[in-house]
Amino acid sequence: MSIKSTIEKVIENAEKLNPTLNSFLSIEREYALNRAEELDQNQDDLALKGFAIAIKDNICTEGMQTTCGSKILHNYKAHYDSTAASRLKEAGAIIIGKANMDEFAMGSSNESSAFGICRNPWDTERVPGGSSGGSAVAVASGVVRASLGSETGGSVRQPASLCGIVGFKPTYGRISRFGLVAFASSLDNIGIFGQTSEDVAKVLSVIAGRDKNDTTSADVAVPNYISELSNEISGKKIGVPRALFGEGLDADVKNAVEQSIENYRKLGAEIVDVELPHAQYGIAVYYIIATAEASSNLARFDGVRYGFRAEGSHSLRENYYKTREEGFGAEVKRRIMLGTYVLSSGYYDAYYSKAQKVRNLIRQDYINAFEKCDVILTPTSPTTAFKIGEKSDDPISMYLSDIYTVSANLAAIPGISVPCGLSNEGLPIGLQLVGKHWAESTLLNMANVYEKEFPLNAKPPIFVG
Amino acid sequence: MKEGWEVIIGMEIHAQLATETKIFCGCATSFGHDPNTNTCPVCLGLPGALPVLNEKVVELGAKAALALGLEVQETSIFSRKNYFYPDLPKGYQISQYDKPFSANGILTIMTAERDEHGRAKEFKPMQIRIERMHLEEDAGKNVHEGLPDVDKFSYIDLNRAGTPLGEIVTKADFRSSWQAYDYVNHVRRALQWVGASDADMEKGNLRCEANVSVRKIGETGFRNKVELKNLNSVRFMQKAIEYEIERQIEAHESGEGVNQETRLWDEKNNKTRVMRSKEDAHDYRYFPEPDLQPLVVSSEFIAKIKSEMPELPDAMRDRFMQEYGLSFADASQLVLEKDLAAFYETTAKASGNPRVSANFILSELIRELNNAGKTATESPLSAENLAELIKTLDAGKINNNQAKEVLVEMFNSGKTADAVIKEKGFEQISDTSAIEKIVDEIIANNENQVTAYRGGNEKLFGFFVGQVMKASQGKANPKVVNEILKSKL
Repeated sequence: MSIKSTIEKVIENAEKLNPTLNSFLSIEREYALNRAEELDQNQDDLALKGFAIAIKDNICTEGMQTTCGSKILHNYKAHYDSTAASRLKEAGAIIIGKANMDEFAMGSSNESSAFGICRNPWDTERVPGGSSGGSAVAVASGVVRASLGSETGGSVRQPASLCGIVGFKPTYGRISRFGLVAFASSLDNIGIFGQTSEDVAKVLSVIAGRDKNDTTSADVAVPNYISELSNEISGKKIGVPRALFGEGLDADVKNAVEQSIENYRKLGAEIVDVELPHAQYGIAVYYIIATAEASSNLARFDGVRYGFRAEGSHSLRENYYKTREEGFGAEVKRRIMLGTYVLSSGYYDAYYSKAQKVRNLIRQDYINAFEKCDVILTPTSPTTAFKIGEKSDDPISMYLSDIYTVSANLAAIPGISVPCGLSNEGLPIGLQLVGKHWAESTLLNMANVYEKEFPLNAKPPIFVG
Repeated sequence: MKEGWEVIIGMEIHAQLATETKIFCGCATSFGHDPNTNTCPVCLGLPGALPVLNEKVVELGAKAALALGLEVQETSIFSRKNYFYPDLPKGYQISQYDKPFSANGILTIMTAERDEHGRAKEFKPMQIRIERMHLEEDAGKNVHEGLPDVDKFSYIDLNRAGTPLGEIVTKADFRSSWQAYDYVNHVRRALQWVGASDADMEKGNLRCEANVSVRKIGETGFRNKVELKNLNSVRFMQKAIEYEIERQIEAHESGEGVNQETRLWDEKNNKTRVMRSKEDAHDYRYFPEPDLQPLVVSSEFIAKIKSEMPELPDAMRDRFMQEYGLSFADASQLVLEKDLAAFYETTAKASGNPRVSANFILSELIRELNNAGKTATESPLSAENLAELIKTLDAGKINNNQAKEVLVEMFNSGKTADAVIKEKGFEQISDTSAIEKIVDEIIANNENQVTAYRGGNEKLFGFFVGQVMKASQGKANPKVVNEILKSKL
């Protein structure tokens, strides 16, 4: 079968499902088919030749819209390719569209998108999680095998969990951030969704590695993640921080994750208790650091040079106010205000500076814990997919969706969410593994084994392919 | 200044580091291009773009810091300075805050008060504490004139956005406008000297701001200070400070008081005016720039830069005084420009006469250079040729006035000393037989004077010298003439 006919089918599926799920903000039919034709003529052996991929709409793709799910970047087209996108293109992958997301990646439900909510294919009355909801749904609904998302506090792992797929966050610095529109620069990562860990490994092998355009990308050797899927985990030590399995955790989720621990034991892993004494401060620290950086990163959206500009202003200052008032949604404005506050003169030491200190303690917690184990296992999300609108008026409850995921971003370590069962309501549940810095292979291998031995055989009611 | 008052001044200088490309991207820093053409996603602040530090900035920054007596810090951190303005594309400036690139400088400058004609009295050394020099990016420019519909629109040119700057901040150590004036000139020359900056105020690649307050002598605290901006030349800066001293003293004495504010120098009206008051001051919300790693400068790197540093002007001045026996004034003048100092040293060494070299360069050559609007490196008269001229003079082949005339011609034509001397027929006659012949004639033709001289009228010796010189059309070597006349008479 030609690449073109494969891609034709992918595009058709995307177009067919999008009115229901709204996982794509744009579908690049013409571009994708042209590219497929080119690749059909191409004799080179490319790592991802003809591989269809969806990309979150905050990752720059030259000539394609890159809206960040925000009115302030409505119709904005990127002038250049992010490093991740250009490496995918070079490897023969075909970008088929840009995925829906919470506005500027701020949210855990995809409800803050300025371009409509995205729906969970397991139950369209429920959210897919966020902020990379669209990227998760594009994979969960079977349109693509893999997609790029981004995460600042769990925005890949949490929706993967809620949609029953694999969601992966690398070590900070493993994948270049060049071209990822910044939310909180010290926490942002490009992440990968896959139907399997192998899909993730394929994509990661292509996009990982030092990039001279991002000085925070690390010069650490990139292994062949596919060949490192050894299927052997016996003797691996899994740390379980029991203290985190308490309040706020759904019984179904708890049971499924406990079962997965047993399953790993059966596969030959050793289970050890670990402690993460500062984990309880993760959300607080996260919402100080992330909002502080966001308040600065989002300053460039001022209506002066590109994007949305409010009409009817009579002065520069009024133009700033009106543009940002009308162009940003409520959650984004809430976070800009929070971040501006914590950086303000007189408050910096009490908030930002202190949060950085606690961040170091959290990071140190993991370093200590990893002396006793190879990976740490927890739930990915305390709940399964919640109803659309259920938490949108309660930011704190929404923020707690990320309670298990934010720490990995704060500690800059890699993490992965793997499906580990369904709730009584038939909604997917994910287990999370986090690992040592640069130990992506270990995570992918442990996830891969689990998927093969304990596959989630169910598919969502809305599924193509 | 009014009796009983003193002024306290701290200086901030922004110097553009002389790199080919911008501080965080590969765009050119050159001037004069069409608006917004030297730009890319990074300096335009497009979504998703990230800064990458230009290593040349670190090198030139280190040279600048060392030239100003600052210590380059092993680790410095870039921070974001957040504020909204249309010429600031990211909504923040990448600068440095609590961990600057260099700190703890002690700089010795030479400074003097000036009389009412602006003439310097005695120059004396003064130590200035330089708090820091940090690295940062420049903003772009808002353009309000020369384009269509400027009454309705403002334009933005981002070619300058991302140009590397070193911001040099002193303690409030200055007690007069002339000290500040001498300091800025010192810094300007030091930066040019080591090649860290073109430091040209007219082109805007050196900008200075002065923080000025006054207090009664004996007071220990500080009164409100005023930040002076728009100081487009060192002279304007000095005038602005003088104006501000008078204004502030008057305001304090009248009981009106001085507001803590930023004022601009209005060069048309010779006064300062309010730009913004303290209430409008920004809260810049500095925090460490998460897109850049801490800047770590190794001691090996610093050692390498130090080994590449040229001898600094003050050290060179002292050496000239010691090695060549020059006066402080002459040596100071020669090291005003690096090229001139080098020109001098080549001349001094080649001619073997450092003092005459200094005299000729400081009086004759500088005048010619100024008239021609040229610098020492552009001089059509090379140091080697000037040295030849001085050697010819020392050998007694020409006299001092002739040498000066020859120098001008050498400067204008680029010819060698020998060629010009020949053309002008200045070559002295030192051939004794030729001079003897003239002397014999003079003695034969002036019997009366010879008799009188021999009778004891020694004053007449000058008459004979004059006659010989006249007969030789001034070419006879006076030394030889003297000797021969004495023996023959």
